[in-house]
Amino acid sequence: MNTTTHLDPSLPESGKTLSTLRQIGKTPSLLIGIIMFAILILLALFIPYLSPYQPSEQNLSAFLQPPSSAHWLGTDQLGRDLFTRLLYAARTDLTIMILAEIIPFCTGVMLGMISGYYGKWTDRIISLITDTFIAFPFYLIVIIVAFASGAGERGIYITFILVGWIVFARVVRGLSASFRKQEWIASAQTLGLPGIRIILRHLLPNVLPQAVVVLMTDMIGLLVAIVTLGYLGIGIAPPTPDWGTMISDGQPFITTAWWLSAVPGFAVVYTGIALSLLGDGLADIWRKK
Amino acid sequence: MTTQPILEVESLTLAAKSQEKLVHNISFSLERGESLGLVGESGSGKSLTLRAILGLLPRGVEQTGGTIRSKVSSSMVFQDPRGALDPLCPVVKQLTEVVYYRQKTTHKAARTIALELLERLGLPDSLRTKDRYPGQLSGGQCQRVVIAMALACKPGILLCDEPTTALDVTVQQQIMDTITSLQRELGFAMVFVTHNLAIAANLCSRLVVMKQGRMIEHGETHRLLRQPAEAYTQMLIDSVLPLPELEGGRTSWN
Repeated sequence: MNTTTHLDPSLPESGKTLSTLRQIGKTPSLLIGIIMFAILILLALFIPYLSPYQPSEQNLSAFLQPPSSAHWLGTDQLGRDLFTRLLYAARTDLTIMILAEIIPFCTGVMLGMISGYYGKWTDRIISLITDTFIAFPFYLIVIIVAFASGAGERGIYITFILVGWIVFARVVRGLSASFRKQEWIASAQTLGLPGIRIILRHLLPNVLPQAVVVLMTDMIGLLVAIVTLGYLGIGIAPPTPDWGTMISDGQPFITTAWWLSAVPGFAVVYTGIALSLLGDGLADIWRKK
Repeated sequence: MTTQPILEVESLTLAAKSQEKLVHNISFSLERGESLGLVGESGSGKSLTLRAILGLLPRGVEQTGGTIRSKVSSSMVFQDPRGALDPLCPVVKQLTEVVYYRQKTTHKAARTIALELLERLGLPDSLRTKDRYPGQLSGGQCQRVVIAMALACKPGILLCDEPTTALDVTVQQQIMDTITSLQRELGFAMVFVTHNLAIAANLCSRLVVMKQGRMIEHGETHRLLRQPAEAYTQMLIDSVLPLPELEGGRTSWN
């Protein structure tokens, strides 16, 4: 018997790229997040062409000026243009934020998948390590490493490689363990696919959306950590512009020139909102699929 | 028959970690090219028995007694076709992967074999040019892909865990037809688990009736249907719904 005749020969058409764009348009939080983040990135990228000032260029005859047409956000106590400095600081902070997440993200997702997929003693060992790290407050570790490795970016990178992966490992482990109970994983195993192949080709695409959403939230935490360290004076060293040092530099003048601290503070909040909207929107899209 | 059995299950006993026995003392054997039906109500241990043969017991269940001897490889067709496919991997790619690892060919040859298999299972030709995700196929089409994946392993025994339960009735019949014609062509043996006695009777020459983890009756399909020794078997036979007009108008609505 020819079974083909029973089947519906018309398979649905898939316009993948188009529908993705349309989905973004239909998810306001994602759209707003993308726009907010894009504005920040574009401004930070093109600030050398947008501003006539240098970030560390001092002008002691024009210090602590309120916002004006010459200085859009005023000047600080050394006469440096706040707007220019703010966006150069965005370059520093956002670069560190993104670079410092790469290695923890990869190791965290990988360890999480291995832990959830293999279970048993593998899971017990990896969970033991994550639980041990969780026992220590994050900022305690950051400050210890920052002091040990000397102030600067290096401390942030080292700390994050040490502890940043934990949040991903935990989330991905839970997801992988639940996927593991589904039949297609069992099916792939009985059909003889090697474990590493199942993990990388089948498990990874399924856990990645959730991991990326976590990445967005985690980046906010990392940004706040970078800024906090800068504020405490053990992060990025002056004169490199950074939002944290800008906040602490403006602090003595908080009654007379409040914008000196408020503006970089607002920048942190703005980036945080952009990233959470991005993460939220991505989660919305992926949940619908 | 004088042929050697290719699968022998001898007093198989499965128990949960809590020592609660789930399957007691199951024995049966299977010869080359033969079809055996495992029938019984939900929770009677049919699927567990099948999984034990495959060596894929769920966590927390252990084999506490008996032996399973098998001379050939087996592969499994699952109940829920959508659940048995990676939702984020296109189907031809998934099948190609299985062919590549099981038949040890090159990637290109694997793809050719995969496409041939899909054609044989009656999937549309358009998959050749454009791969689809499982979500873009119907349940019946997904089940055909799952069967293709199972056959890609060139199994001696095809284990079917209620492969038609999740499908609607007309598609069920198509899948059954496909399985029977493939079996005739490729000559694999089959263990078919179902709670639907009608399907099992159509497909299998021998039946094993299970209830609450025990094997209560087994034998040739015809004998079992004509002279069931157990009340439970009779009940299963009676539970097959006949079409009302064939029964001379004895329906509840007229």
